[in-house]
Amino acid sequence: MMKRLAYFLPLVLLAILAAYFSAGLGRDPQTLDSVLINKKVPEFSLPPIRGFNAGLSNNDFLNKVVLVNIFGSWCVSCRIEHPFLMELKKKGVIPIYGINWREQNQDDGPRWLKKFGNPYSLIGDDPKSRGAIAFGVTGAPETFLVDQRGIVRLKHMGPITQQNWNDTLKPAIDKLRNR
Amino acid sequence: MKFLILSITLLLSSNFVHAVDPGEILKDSSLEIRARAISKDLRCVVCQNQSIDDSDAELARDLRILVRDRILEGDSDQAVIDYVVSRYGDFVLLNPPVKGVTFVLWFGPIVITLIGFICLILFFRRQKPLIQDLKKNNAEVKK
Amino acid sequence: MIIESGHFVLILSLLMAFLQSTVPMIGVHLRNNQLMAIAAPAAIIQFVLILGSFLALTYAYVVSDFSVINVTSNSHTAKPLLYKVSGVWGNHEGSMLLWALILSGYGAAIALFGGNLTPTLKVRVLGVQAMLGVGILAFILFTSNPFLRVFPAPENGSGLNPLLQDPGLAFHPPLLYLGYVGLSLTFSFAVAALIEGRVDAAWARWVRPWTLAAWGFLTGGIVLGSWWAYYELGWGGWWFWDPVENASFMPWLAATALLHSSIVSEKRDSLKSWTIFLAIVAFGLSLLGTFLVRSGVITSVHAFASDPTRGVFILLLLVVTIGGAFLLFAWRGPSLKTDGIFHPVSREGGLILNNFILTIAAASILLGTLYPLFVDVLELGKVSVGAPYFESVFVPMMIPMIVVMGIAPFLRWKRGDFNKTTNKLKVVGVISLIGGCFVWLIVDRSSALSSLGIALSIWLFSATFVELTSRIKLFQVPLKDSMRSIIRQPRASWGMTFAHMGLAIAVAGITASSTWKVESIQVMKFGDQVKVAGYTYTLKEVRKVQGPNYIATRGIFSVKKGDNFNVTLKPEKREYQTRTMVTTEAAIYSTFFGDLYAVVGDRDENSGGYITRIYFNPLVPWMWAGAILMVLGAAISLTDRRHRVGAPARSANIGTSQVIAK
Repeated sequence: MMKRLAYFLPLVLLAILAAYFSAGLGRDPQTLDSVLINKKVPEFSLPPIRGFNAGLSNNDFLNKVVLVNIFGSWCVSCRIEHPFLMELKKKGVIPIYGINWREQNQDDGPRWLKKFGNPYSLIGDDPKSRGAIAFGVTGAPETFLVDQRGIVRLKHMGPITQQNWNDTLKPAIDKLRNR
Repeated sequence: MKFLILSITLLLSSNFVHAVDPGEILKDSSLEIRARAISKDLRCVVCQNQSIDDSDAELARDLRILVRDRILEGDSDQAVIDYVVSRYGDFVLLNPPVKGVTFVLWFGPIVITLIGFICLILFFRRQKPLIQDLKKNNAEVKK
Repeated sequence: MIIESGHFVLILSLLMAFLQSTVPMIGVHLRNNQLMAIAAPAAIIQFVLILGSFLALTYAYVVSDFSVINVTSNSHTAKPLLYKVSGVWGNHEGSMLLWALILSGYGAAIALFGGNLTPTLKVRVLGVQAMLGVGILAFILFTSNPFLRVFPAPENGSGLNPLLQDPGLAFHPPLLYLGYVGLSLTFSFAVAALIEGRVDAAWARWVRPWTLAAWGFLTGGIVLGSWWAYYELGWGGWWFWDPVENASFMPWLAATALLHSSIVSEKRDSLKSWTIFLAIVAFGLSLLGTFLVRSGVITSVHAFASDPTRGVFILLLLVVTIGGAFLLFAWRGPSLKTDGIFHPVSREGGLILNNFILTIAAASILLGTLYPLFVDVLELGKVSVGAPYFESVFVPMMIPMIVVMGIAPFLRWKRGDFNKTTNKLKVVGVISLIGGCFVWLIVDRSSALSSLGIALSIWLFSATFVELTSRIKLFQVPLKDSMRSIIRQPRASWGMTFAHMGLAIAVAGITASSTWKVESIQVMKFGDQVKVAGYTYTLKEVRKVQGPNYIATRGIFSVKKGDNFNVTLKPEKREYQTRTMVTTEAAIYSTFFGDLYAVVGDRDENSGGYITRIYFNPLVPWMWAGAILMVLGAAISLTDRRHRVGAPARSANIGTSQVIAK
């Protein structure tokens, strides 16, 4: 009897493995959940980019719900998301702070913004990734939602589109504002 | 011959580097060795199967410099690692820590070995009476 | 037209596979010889059809037919011919076609060379093999069709990944697949045996050459991949415990275990269920590897374009194939009688220990590789498992394994004479200890593990050598008799000797290259010198060189040591036009004691010099030499007489089955 059971074991183990695999097929192993969720905005301080007066630091995060967007002129997906950010700015939906990440030289960022438009109310210059590392960023674009008390509530990886705005970001923003 | 070389010759006891630039190398070699050791245990979050020591990614480079800056500021090895983990999570440790979630991982091989041992012993136990029989048969035949 | 023909014959081959997997098996059931006779010709035809399909795709690559999407994505007119051809399998769809080709090739080989198999077994093996073919061909035709067209055809292709334009990498997939897919045949043998309800010495003997072939190819494929990484990736690394590497290593471990377990099944009529189980697991691990690479479930630097729909199909294939086999195993397994009994200290005991260690090693690596997936699915966060884990788990397991590998060949079947054996091995043991101590005291006192590694290497090499000398009774009988005895030794034992010695040499190489690597990174201007591991490197100049589809920055090093040694190393950094990719081509000079390895990097703007990385990689050539010896051992074993002669009649008192000798 025991022997019979032992012979069935491989089949059982395979079934368990298969269950994990099929569950795993829908997921993306590369996305890193943010450890910053529900924690205060990390300490950081970035100088302004060329041609601007104010930079960005963790002291800029009180009393309003904001988005922090990591971008770079070299980043193709940022270009794709850019028009949507401009829409948000035009409609005054929510203030967007920008972290200009890893530009090769100091004019690249400002030139890109001049060419395509500037959706950000505050921008920090981040050539050495100190800001990006503070936020645990792994690629661009990434966007964080921060609430009125300076607590990080959401991390969004990849470009913001109408779809994921409707599905995830907007509901979260509304919830925070209605508190 | 004039030598304009920033050089460091290391006898490495484990893995290998190709991504570190001479410009990143710290002057104090004992600190540099610490930096390299820490870097080898931190996962590059962009090229996710390499350490930041090995990876060519820009972010890896920045993290390497960050590690060295923190060492220069006086952080202990653990403090440096804790800082990176506080930003990126346990995922960034190439050697997963021994805590709840990874318990199974670290003790798994031991458990597997034990189970295997038990199976082996059971297998040989089952053979014992048969061997006795064979010896008895041989003895009888000889008689 | 050729493309459409290629597509058409592929569809035909699917139909043929379907035919081959059903009709002859029904024939066995109905004892209808005519139906059974369909199997062999069907297998050959199936192979020829898929070959035609493969050649059609190859043709499209060679003439750069960009109306074929597959060619457009993966080729370019500027590619040298060799790489146009290797581009055929350098992508998902093409590589699956290669998979199918080799699968059907092995089936055809059984049809042609399986003369001494019993007819029913042969039909069943071909039947199972054909079922696998149906699965793979369906996968290709429905989800990964390489023959899809695009109109209008673009001017040129976009497939010019320079990393793939390399001889080592060109041959890595075919060799690897010959191994992976070879395990499909041992799988078919196992399932056929389960269907027959009979596993006997004859079966074990018939399976053996195919296992040897698959193992040999797999060893070669894995080592070729490592060698490529070593010289191409620019820093002398050769193994990273990347999930896809693990996915090839686990079947290798299982195949090694299978090879040794089948010896016990053949010689002693024992461990039958275990051998069958291993045969199923080994192929299961091959399929798992295919799944991991192509489904996107696990992060890896290796992964092909990951596509969940393909992942679902492969998973289904995996579940049906291996699940079906395990079901059969659960049903039929218990009735496989084991009759060979033996004492724990015996050759069988040694082989069981070998299997034990290989199995727990493979299981541990599987655990580590899949762990991130488990944790992620259970929503417990994200964890990553890297080289440090695998090394700390795998290396300790290999220590007892290598020790036993030295002892077991001395032990006799059924009951080994422990005392006699230990006497012979005492000397070997002492020599190894002395060697280890020497390394510890003289070479490196910081790492006990490296001294242990060298000691183990000496142990295995010497013990294997002493085993050979004691078999020919060297110095115990006149020298002439010993020499005559050497010639008469069965080839299979030569295979073992070569393979074990090869492993010993490789272990020394692995130990040395992992622990005593010397590295030097600096900025050098022309005329600057640097001394690494006793060799003096002078950077003579750096110039730009035009290649077929790249521009290279080539550094020229003059390397001297003492008065006699003078060598020029020319590493390059290549910039490719399409794909804007940069590769480093290290310059390597191999000596008996290690590799001189030089890399030229970027220009340093401040000083006007160049970043250079110079390494000394100790005993690396020993790794490749050891691996070649192992493959040679497999090849020699393959030519053993008994594979060609057929299984012997067995002695009467043990054994439930008689064997048909031809």
